[in-house]
Amino acid sequence: MQFHALDRYQTGDSFLHRLDPRVKVIGAVAIILATVLLPDGAWLAFLLTWLLLLALSYATGLGWDYAVKRSFVVLPFLLAAVTVMFSLPGRPLLGIQLGPWQLILTDTGLIRFSSILIRSLLAVQAAILLVAATRFPDLMHALRHLHLPAVLVAIVSFMVRYLTVLGDEVKRLLRAREARSAAVTGQRAGGTWVWRAQVAGNMVGQLFLRSYERSDRLYQAMLARGYQGEWPTSNAHQMARRDWLALFMLLLLLLFIQLIGRL
Amino acid sequence: MFVLSIALMHIPDGFLSVTISAVLWVLTAVTLAIAIRRSQDQFDERLAPLAGIMAAFIFAAQMINFPVAGGTSGHLLGGALAAIVLGPWVGILVMTCVIGVQGLLFQDGGLLVMGANIFNMGIVTALVGYGLYRAANGRSETVKLITAGVAAWLSVMAAALMTSLELWLSGTVALGIVVPAMLGVHAFIGLGEALITVAALAFIFRVRPDLLGDSEAKGSRVWIVGGALLTLAVVLLAPFASASPDGLERVAEDVGFLGTAVAAPYEVLPDYTIPFIGSENLSTIIAGAVGVIIVAALALYLVRLTRRSAPRS
Repeated sequence: MQFHALDRYQTGDSFLHRLDPRVKVIGAVAIILATVLLPDGAWLAFLLTWLLLLALSYATGLGWDYAVKRSFVVLPFLLAAVTVMFSLPGRPLLGIQLGPWQLILTDTGLIRFSSILIRSLLAVQAAILLVAATRFPDLMHALRHLHLPAVLVAIVSFMVRYLTVLGDEVKRLLRAREARSAAVTGQRAGGTWVWRAQVAGNMVGQLFLRSYERSDRLYQAMLARGYQGEWPTSNAHQMARRDWLALFMLLLLLLFIQLIGRL
Repeated sequence: MFVLSIALMHIPDGFLSVTISAVLWVLTAVTLAIAIRRSQDQFDERLAPLAGIMAAFIFAAQMINFPVAGGTSGHLLGGALAAIVLGPWVGILVMTCVIGVQGLLFQDGGLLVMGANIFNMGIVTALVGYGLYRAANGRSETVKLITAGVAAWLSVMAAALMTSLELWLSGTVALGIVVPAMLGVHAFIGLGEALITVAALAFIFRVRPDLLGDSEAKGSRVWIVGGALLTLAVVLLAPFASASPDGLERVAEDVGFLGTAVAAPYEVLPDYTIPFIGSENLSTIIAGAVGVIIVAALALYLVRLTRRSAPRS
């Protein structure tokens, strides 16, 4: 398995790709924060934020709908939020009898639910664009510059490096289990689900020991090569005037949208 | 079912209010600062490769699934297992990195709410999972394994309850429906978690018992107390929240914390607005600040305690 298989970075040389990663991290968090701060039912402000995100998506050179298409990952979580439609006091729109519960859909509840849906979709698009236009080592450097503890950055770097290695290890374990588990098509597979969970548990234990022993070897290799705790990057990591300008413009725009949403 | 559970544990951005996200980020940051210091004391420069590979291990172990029924499958979440085999502090660091990477690289969980996600799936699970397991220190292997299973199950339940409460305090869900639903689903998810955790531990006991020896009692007795208290809170709070959500709402009202939940400026029915919180964000902010200060003081006190009761070798 290659890291590319996991990495969501899209090669490119757009304006967003060339922006300092710090600006991109702060920008993404600012967009998310501004979106979450918008009050319920601020439709115009939601629309403006979305237009901003579409423009940014277009600016990555990946097409205007790149982030939109990938933003639906948040939808399963909405299942929990559905309940808010029936719990807020407001003008009743619809009554549903569900077992012991009498559910009353209210206009306030509906507005709240739609707002949550829109906020989560917008926020995740900002995060998608961030990783699509920023290489992983640059992202880590940016977080380091933003004073995330060095040891956390080092752990995450090691983790991402070994994700693929252990991912391959898991694939081998799964293949071995598959090879030893003959099943007749159309018939139930053998064993109870408790037994199957125990088999999975044994595999997890196996994987743990292999990983633990690997970390020993890694430490020795690290000592042998004088590892400094950070990955090299070709990015200069110097804030140019262009970076400051982009950040300033973005924050100004978000402030403007915030005003529109609250007036 | 498991797809649902994973989605329901990793809260995306937009589902928690800014206040709740901020309070949980502060709690998480304070805990992380302590965890980093304690782990570095214990492992020094070995920490990064060990915790890095262990984080990758948890991530990869979550891919090992087993069929349950009707096309659904279960798998490990790993919070309790990580805390048991690595000690609570390294366990918290490992889970933090797993959740961080899932959120940052794979959009599995939001960025602004990452503090909450780390708190639920990393810190709460470590406290419950490790705290209870640590209580069986020095007992026979069977007792340890049974305790680990119970601890793993409870850790999932505690995380699910925390998630529900945070969502409710943010005004995103209806308490009376979500708590029973979340806990109901996670009672099954937790069974899978318990079985895998126990089987994995039993495997490690057979092959490398030295890694789980009593001599390596990582963390101190404070964890037992903390874990027991949190478990007690879950056991008491969950039925209460399910059976009488109004009761819990009343408590939150009295504490002055529900302001974040009902901050919606729509006062369609004036009867429903809460008099002293309804429009006043100030009380929310003050309550939040007081909470943060209390928790920070508690955390500092805990650190003192751990320092005193667990002299480092």
